[in-house]
Amino acid sequence: MTLPENGEARVAVGWSREEMAARAAEDIPDGSYVNLGIGIPEMVAKFVPAGREFIYHTENGLLGMGPPPAPGSEDPELINAGKRAVTTVPGACFFHHADSFAMIRGGHIDVCVLGAMQVSATGDLANWSTGAPGAIPAVGGAMDLVAGVDTIFVITQHVTKTGEPKIVEHCTYPLTGQGVVSRIFTNLAVIDVTPEGLALVELGPGITLEEVREKTGAPLRASS
Amino acid sequence: MIDKTVGSAAEAVAGIDDGAVVMIGGFGEVGSPIELIHALIDQGAKDLTAINNNTGNGEVGLAALIGNGQVRKMICSYPRSSHSKLFPELFRAGKIELDLVPQGTLAERIRAGGAGIPAFYTPSSLGTPLAEAKEIREFDGRPYVMEPWLKADFALVKCETADRMGNLVYNKTARNFSPLMCMAAKTTIVQARHIVEPGEIDPEHVITPGIFVDRIVEIGEPLQESLLIAEGRRYP
Repeated sequence: MTLPENGEARVAVGWSREEMAARAAEDIPDGSYVNLGIGIPEMVAKFVPAGREFIYHTENGLLGMGPPPAPGSEDPELINAGKRAVTTVPGACFFHHADSFAMIRGGHIDVCVLGAMQVSATGDLANWSTGAPGAIPAVGGAMDLVAGVDTIFVITQHVTKTGEPKIVEHCTYPLTGQGVVSRIFTNLAVIDVTPEGLALVELGPGITLEEVREKTGAPLRASS
Repeated sequence: MIDKTVGSAAEAVAGIDDGAVVMIGGFGEVGSPIELIHALIDQGAKDLTAINNNTGNGEVGLAALIGNGQVRKMICSYPRSSHSKLFPELFRAGKIELDLVPQGTLAERIRAGGAGIPAFYTPSSLGTPLAEAKEIREFDGRPYVMEPWLKADFALVKCETADRMGNLVYNKTARNFSPLMCMAAKTTIVQARHIVEPGEIDPEHVITPGIFVDRIVEIGEPLQESLLIAEGRRYP
């Protein structure tokens, strides 16, 4: 795989956040229209494999999103869905929200990369609310993205900060969508969601299948 | 002669009654008609239902309208951000209602309202808590969720350039929900950075046709919400 240049120091075992993003970028076909979620998914744009061109869609009304601007040259009316300053590439276009979600819901976006709180063995995704009392529920565009984009990639740490599996038999948090996730990129492994359940695609450096199985809350087959 | 321009933000928001449904353009601060919102705070209408993607930041603009107790119910997709505090406080205290809508469904419900389509079916939210108690119907073997149109008494939006006929052009990602809201409100109120003579906007470049616009006020140098927040400002 392509190692990030000037990236974080390599972690001893498994993949770093940037390496997870680079690994996901490898699986996006040339010429794809791509929507990137907030957080680690945003980093995918830094690791486009040589010879490929992706066109980035941001649901607040821009196709042809470029990298962040140099400090001091931000345009306050040019932002991404995470409300951060961005730029445009030559050939970019602006549109209103109904057109933007027609691109999403109408099946015109090829790949969407999202973060996750939980992913189930059948590809259910929970990434908008813990359902905890007092939490402010906020869904944004996630439910439209998972419903409308054919290929949904998830990038996530394999377990929570307290060591609980994030890949589970059934999600306990409120769902974003049912049976929507195609492939999961974690710090430990790349895993496919198949009709027969979870299947290992690749192990991170220094990671064993036994370790991944131990930290996964659902059965994992050795290969797809 | 058709002339939709008015002389001040106060004049622009006149007649917004207690209990009105008000759509407010913007995605976070970008495209937010902050001078019109502040004029609505001065005007004092209450028990409003406000429709926006978010719930405002800091203590200016939409957040200030909410914090001032003028909004009874908020319809939005993302009522949380790093600088939102007034909505979360009122929500946790049970003093404001929240109707949470997926962002694309929110946009399409507003578009439908403006287009005279009372309802439509969408795959978004299927199998989630946001589809509970909603009608589900199959098309081509797949289930979809019925969603009703959204209409408003008033829309408040910001644009870059307008003419007296009401034709509007926006700036970059500040367009977002505004063209849809202009269509879905009985009375659409616009703050424009520039007002130009009819014909100066190339007809091929008009984004919102003037038929959807009722009142326009020129605000040449609109306040920028994030700068006000950085300065610790609040409104009023």
